Amino acid sequence: MFRFLSEILDRFGSFLESIGFDLLVFKIPILSLQASLDGILLGVLFALIAYGMALQWGVMNIINIAQGELVIMGGYVAYFMYVIGIHPAFGVIVSPVIMYFVGVGLYKLVINKVVDRDLFISILATFGISILTQQLMNFIFGADVVVAQSNFGTTMLFDNSVTLPNSKIFSALVSVIVAIVLVIYMKKSKLGRAIRATAQNARAAKILGVDTEKVYAATFGINAALCGVAGACIAITFTLHPYVGLPYTVRSFMIVIVAGLGNLPGVAISGMGLGVFEEFADYLLGTEFRIGAVFLLLVLILVYRRFKLSRKREYLK
Amino acid sequence: MNKIHKLVLIFVSVLALILGSTTTSFSKVVGDKIILGAAVSLTGKYSTNGKHTQNGYNMAVERINSMGGVKVGGKSYKFDIIYYDDESNSGRAAQLAERLIKQDGVQYMLGPYSSGLTKAMAPVTEENKIPMVEANGASRSLFTKGYKYLFAVLSPANQYLEVAIDLAVEKNGGKPVNIAMAFEQDAFSQDVRLGIVDAAKRTGSKIIIDDKLPKELNDMAATLAKVKATKPDVLVVSGHSKGALTAIRQISEMKVDVPMLAMTHCDASKLAKQHGKNAEYALCAAQWHKELSYKDDYFGNGLKFDKDFNALYGYAPPYQAAESAAAVLVYKDAFERANSTDKEKVRDALAKTDMQTFYGNVKFGEGGQNTAKPMVLFQVRCEGDSCANRLVAPTKVASHKLVHPIPKWSER
Repeated sequence: MFRFLSEILDRFGSFLESIGFDLLVFKIPILSLQASLDGILLGVLFALIAYGMALQWGVMNIINIAQGELVIMGGYVAYFMYVIGIHPAFGVIVSPVIMYFVGVGLYKLVINKVVDRDLFISILATFGISILTQQLMNFIFGADVVVAQSNFGTTMLFDNSVTLPNSKIFSALVSVIVAIVLVIYMKKSKLGRAIRATAQNARAAKILGVDTEKVYAATFGINAALCGVAGACIAITFTLHPYVGLPYTVRSFMIVIVAGLGNLPGVAISGMGLGVFEEFADYLLGTEFRIGAVFLLLVLILVYRRFKLSRKREYLK
Repeated sequence: MNKIHKLVLIFVSVLALILGSTTTSFSKVVGDKIILGAAVSLTGKYSTNGKHTQNGYNMAVERINSMGGVKVGGKSYKFDIIYYDDESNSGRAAQLAERLIKQDGVQYMLGPYSSGLTKAMAPVTEENKIPMVEANGASRSLFTKGYKYLFAVLSPANQYLEVAIDLAVEKNGGKPVNIAMAFEQDAFSQDVRLGIVDAAKRTGSKIIIDDKLPKELNDMAATLAKVKATKPDVLVVSGHSKGALTAIRQISEMKVDVPMLAMTHCDASKLAKQHGKNAEYALCAAQWHKELSYKDDYFGNGLKFDKDFNALYGYAPPYQAAESAAAVLVYKDAFERANSTDKEKVRDALAKTDMQTFYGNVKFGEGGQNTAKPMVLFQVRCEGDSCANRLVAPTKVASHKLVHPIPKWSER
């Protein structure tokens, strides 16, 4: 199957070359496997962050601009452990615990005052939190770019032509496990049911005896904990810097938009899909268009949705 | 409540006192003091390097003042610097330049950290005809705009890694090489890229990968996979500290074998310390290295500067601190040669600068860039578990021999 595919790609590559296109990914088909795997591993991690965002967006109707900063803060917890001599991979356990309390604290301090207001106010409030946490992290950890070493090594496939850093595989596995645990928790536990009830109709849930205030606090805490897990993974796979949070916010926002609110499998699929799309855009269009291509795709999806929506309305009329 | 009122009153009056007492000293020359103005990044993303810049300036000012100050017209003056925090924000930097000149009456400016911020301030100083000696803006475009009042003690960005290409060609027996490069999309890194493109043309080398990394990108896996597949002779990476750290992390994880790896910002990102053995054999461009043999009367040589700086601030000086200190030395020299505090005369004296400092020779070209100082390259080398930057090029000042080609990952 693989050989067959690579042969087709090979033919296609030589055809493109003959008409003036000289693209590496067709010349060396194994690169497309590398790109897909890289994209999936990256996408799973982003999906975890997006999952947290979708959760609190759905339950509290808040778009959290500080999402990326929570991720980086979680990363710094792992980095701090690394500095004092504990293996940073344990950060995926410690960081969410700490971040949960940070999240609940943030809720009690700021978010509970904006939760029933309109979206604009919550965006402003979380934007403020984002600036504040950036400066705070800068103050505590300094503006240097830092990394935590996991020394996990590398997995080599196909005679060393596809290489996957084990730290990325570890991150992806952790993300998947956390996501599965969370889905089960949401379905089975009392708090999970309360969260889902509040998301469906906060007022009705309140009447039926759900303490929505508690639910909101827990939701924000869970979101922060998810960011903590993702942050710890990022500390060992990428780099940390107090001001590097925004791309994570934007990316998770995008994943949620593409997936649609309240669509959890959608979040996972769109996370991975965007990751793979981004890697391929890099090979086909060039690195400089990689992020641009993802945004273009986002615009296309939104236009398509709008188009579909308008047709539906007409039909209903 | 009364107590709080009192406290507020005290606070306000203290603030007023501080402001009052400082405003009186605001102007170009006060008593026996020559006032220099500087906006540096004390907060925000450049705050680490902003701090290095400030420490460099401060150390040079202290040294000059304690060794007799600046002699102008038979009188001895002392340097003083007014600092503002530009928050690593170019808009703010331009505002502060305006403020330093218009409100504080500063007539001589020192540069901020980074090319971007220098670019924001230069039009303001130029418009007001205020000389600015800068030490941390290397972007080539700073020197092509015909600025008359801008002087940079550092080599322009396009020279950063040209040496590496020449070295690779030399090691290839004088034959052209295949170059793969990945540069972040910012003014500085793109200028470094232009230098490589020129060097490739000059040596007849071929650029087989030319990736421009988006600023927000944290991941170079795709670029490195391409490098693995195409096997170039040199891989060149530039993207500030983040780029350097990401590149080394992913090169070591993906086991990418290249005969030569050249990059920038190894010093600023503490590459040798953060990545240890994984960073070994990386070749880094630097403006200065403490083992260079340049001398002056104030700091002695590089090694002495390193020692004194360490004693004062508790860390080894990165080249950002050294070049900042050199900028103040250049001002001192210009004041004395102009024998005047008139800004036009000082500007003319600056343009004629031709001196040696511990940091290197300084002589300004037509556009204000330093033409007298070559870039140096060092290579990360490890002994046991401790890794350090060792000077390998230019060969006549090198303390260590270049290891080329880099041993394969499977043999390390």
